Amino acid sequence: MTITPSTSRATDAPAPTGRPIIEMEDISISFPGVKALDSVSFRMFPGEVHSLMGENGAGKSTLIKALTGVYSIDSGTMSLGGEPLVISGPAQAQAAGISTVYQEVNLLPNLSVAENIMLGREPRRLGAIDWRTMRDRAGELLARLHLDIDPGSQLSSHSLAVQQLVAIARATDIDAKVLILDEPTSSLDADEVSELFRVIRGLKDDGVAILFVSHFLDQVYEISDRLTVLRNGALVGEYLTREILRIELVHKMIGKELATLESLENKTRAAAVEGETEEVPYLKAVGLGRKGSVEPTDLVIHEGEVVGLAGLLGSGRTEIARLITGADRADSGELFVRGTRKRLRTPRVALRDRIAYSSEDRKREGIVEELSVRDNIVLALQADRGWFRRISKRRQDELANSYISALGIRPANPDALVRNLSGGNQQKVLLARWLAVAPRLLVLDEPTRGIDVGAKAEIQKLVSSLADEGMAVVFISAELEEVLRLSHRIAVMRDRRKVADLPNEDVTVGEIMGLIASGAEA
Amino acid sequence: MNRLTDLPKARLFWPIVTLVALLLLNAAVAPGFFAIRVQNGHLFGSLIDILRNGAPTLLVALGMTLVIATRGIDLSVGAVVAISGALACTIIADSPDPGSVGTVLAAVSVALLFSLVLGAWNGLLVAVFGIQPIIATLILMTAGRGIAMLITEGQIITITSAPFKVIGAGHWFGLPASIVIAGGMFALAALLTRKTALGLLIESVGINPVASRLAGVRSRGIIWVVYVFSALCAGIAGLMIASNVTAADANSAGLYIEMDAILAVVIGGTSLAGGRYSLTGTLIGAFIIQTLTTTVYTVGIAPSITLVFKALVVIAVCLLQSPVLQEKLRQRRSTTKAGALA
Repeated sequence: MTITPSTSRATDAPAPTGRPIIEMEDISISFPGVKALDSVSFRMFPGEVHSLMGENGAGKSTLIKALTGVYSIDSGTMSLGGEPLVISGPAQAQAAGISTVYQEVNLLPNLSVAENIMLGREPRRLGAIDWRTMRDRAGELLARLHLDIDPGSQLSSHSLAVQQLVAIARATDIDAKVLILDEPTSSLDADEVSELFRVIRGLKDDGVAILFVSHFLDQVYEISDRLTVLRNGALVGEYLTREILRIELVHKMIGKELATLESLENKTRAAAVEGETEEVPYLKAVGLGRKGSVEPTDLVIHEGEVVGLAGLLGSGRTEIARLITGADRADSGELFVRGTRKRLRTPRVALRDRIAYSSEDRKREGIVEELSVRDNIVLALQADRGWFRRISKRRQDELANSYISALGIRPANPDALVRNLSGGNQQKVLLARWLAVAPRLLVLDEPTRGIDVGAKAEIQKLVSSLADEGMAVVFISAELEEVLRLSHRIAVMRDRRKVADLPNEDVTVGEIMGLIASGAEA
Repeated sequence: MNRLTDLPKARLFWPIVTLVALLLLNAAVAPGFFAIRVQNGHLFGSLIDILRNGAPTLLVALGMTLVIATRGIDLSVGAVVAISGALACTIIADSPDPGSVGTVLAAVSVALLFSLVLGAWNGLLVAVFGIQPIIATLILMTAGRGIAMLITEGQIITITSAPFKVIGAGHWFGLPASIVIAGGMFALAALLTRKTALGLLIESVGINPVASRLAGVRSRGIIWVVYVFSALCAGIAGLMIASNVTAADANSAGLYIEMDAILAVVIGGTSLAGGRYSLTGTLIGAFIIQTLTTTVYTVGIAPSITLVFKALVVIAVCLLQSPVLQEKLRQRRSTTKAGALA
């Protein structure tokens, strides 16, 4: 993809009063086989919230890691408050006033709130930790964020949102000039998000420059003053949030038309209506369950059908998926594949019945990091063939290259290590792995989590076309809109059991939400 | 998957440099070190000796490489060496005709078959019962010496058998037979992992066992196979050692060979964390260790500091391969270069 030269940034966004606190000029970073950042410039102003926007693989994380000293830059310059800035490690970045709160809260759940805030900077008296000062100091920091919790309480006794705020309190104690919030809202509910935003605005008024990364456009528009868009490791441009329309922003992020999504929706709805058939389902589960995981559940999946599984985390949506794919063993109930009773004891047995499971945990249960894209793609097929019927090198290359081009995997290099790919591209490699075994039932658990608009749209489109070709698909996502858009039928899970199974006709997000929520606590 | 030819040069650079440096050191101290002469159609010379004496360690290290690639470790190889030698020697000693080829073939087959059984036992504990490899193989490491003692009834069994002597001290195609055997096993391991999908599946299981399972990889079978292969290699090494000294010593045969083998693997650049492995690296690692032993003799290092000397070389190789140190050296080099320009 080429970036048109008209996307220079200076013309798009005038500087506010004052000088930028952070200026990064022409930063480039490469990994083996991947140019992660190509001469990207980026700046931040004090008292401003700046959103970093881009798809997976755009270079957002790399830029953040350059700024926080996790990666060293190959070329380019950085300055902080006008002074040249050379960072050789995270500790140095912190000392310079650049603090980061990561997506996964990096705190110690078994310690107290105060200990977490002051960890590594404990006030001391006569060599011993001065507990009272520590508690008071933590209390002040919490008060500054208007967070009314006991500093002595154990961190794990608080919700994830509060823990997130504690992490921010910790970050701001280090006299932060720059605060980086990487996906801080991904696990928060609406109230918690507004609480977080209140804190962010307070910090902004104190003159802190805040870098905000989120996949939620609503939140980006609500909180940020300025946007920088990256695409494929290159700078697309810098814009003032109030001056750029959402549709423009999305265009700039993905560099292509979004029309595909809308046409997709209509088609799926149409297919849903004619999808009712009397044929033997590809998979039928009767009272399938496992103690401590999911209550006995019935589930029917036809070929050519996308069945959406909706529900909260821990509702049983992943758990039932693991039972029908052999990832976990069921201890009750029966399972029929094309009308024949089967026991799917292992994923291997399930794969023999052309049932593939793509786990929600891409890193731990999906990719094999140290192997190449090619190896990762052929893995399941090769495992199915056994050791002695090795897929020839040429066939491996054919397979890898055809999936790389069909799914648009970047970099388009079968020898690149999967570890060096972005999340979205890793997800595509996994899809390729499963598609290579030609499954008749493909169970996709959160295939679009943590990846953004463009890659998401491509994966959704793929799911839809696979079903058109007669594959049975189970689609699990925390995003109800996505489930509704793709599925012909939706099974709603709550408290480890299925509470509804309805055709996707005139169902709304609100209705599903009601089913998920009713009876659940608060 | 051309693991052996596509090996990143940098990965094996320092082990090769170390090996060459050690050889040059030997040559400097002992002129004629590189000389190889032909006598009765057989090759002789210090280099040939290194290859020949290094053969058992190389064999054991080959099996160890694949075990380590699956995130495992096999501490029982020394015991298997002892058992295999003890079995073969006892059978030959007890037979009415120790010098016949038939007796030797039978003895060798029994010893190797039993080695396979021992490997299968290790594999069973690790793959099926999920016991930590270090514990599972520790059982056989200690119990195995006892088994060897039982076989030899506590005696050192000395034998006279010309066909058996060939394995450790004979010559084939002008080369010491042990080199041919070790080379053959190396080729077999390379073929097994390159020409079949075993190499890919071993690495996959070693890097991410959970993901491999979901991809339908039969990790149990693979883990089993590597332990069986490791025991087979150790069994052959045991025959070689027993044949070379024409005796089976249950106590000292293959003592600490597991340490040498693990060292060879690590020096060769295979990580103990499992995953990517290099058979060629192990080959070089095994020769470094053998050359070290030879160097101690040629240079005339006092026996009391031999182990310290060995340790220093090993530490040097490991440090040179450490990514942290390499990064530091690179930075140092670039700053001095910048300084020189300024």
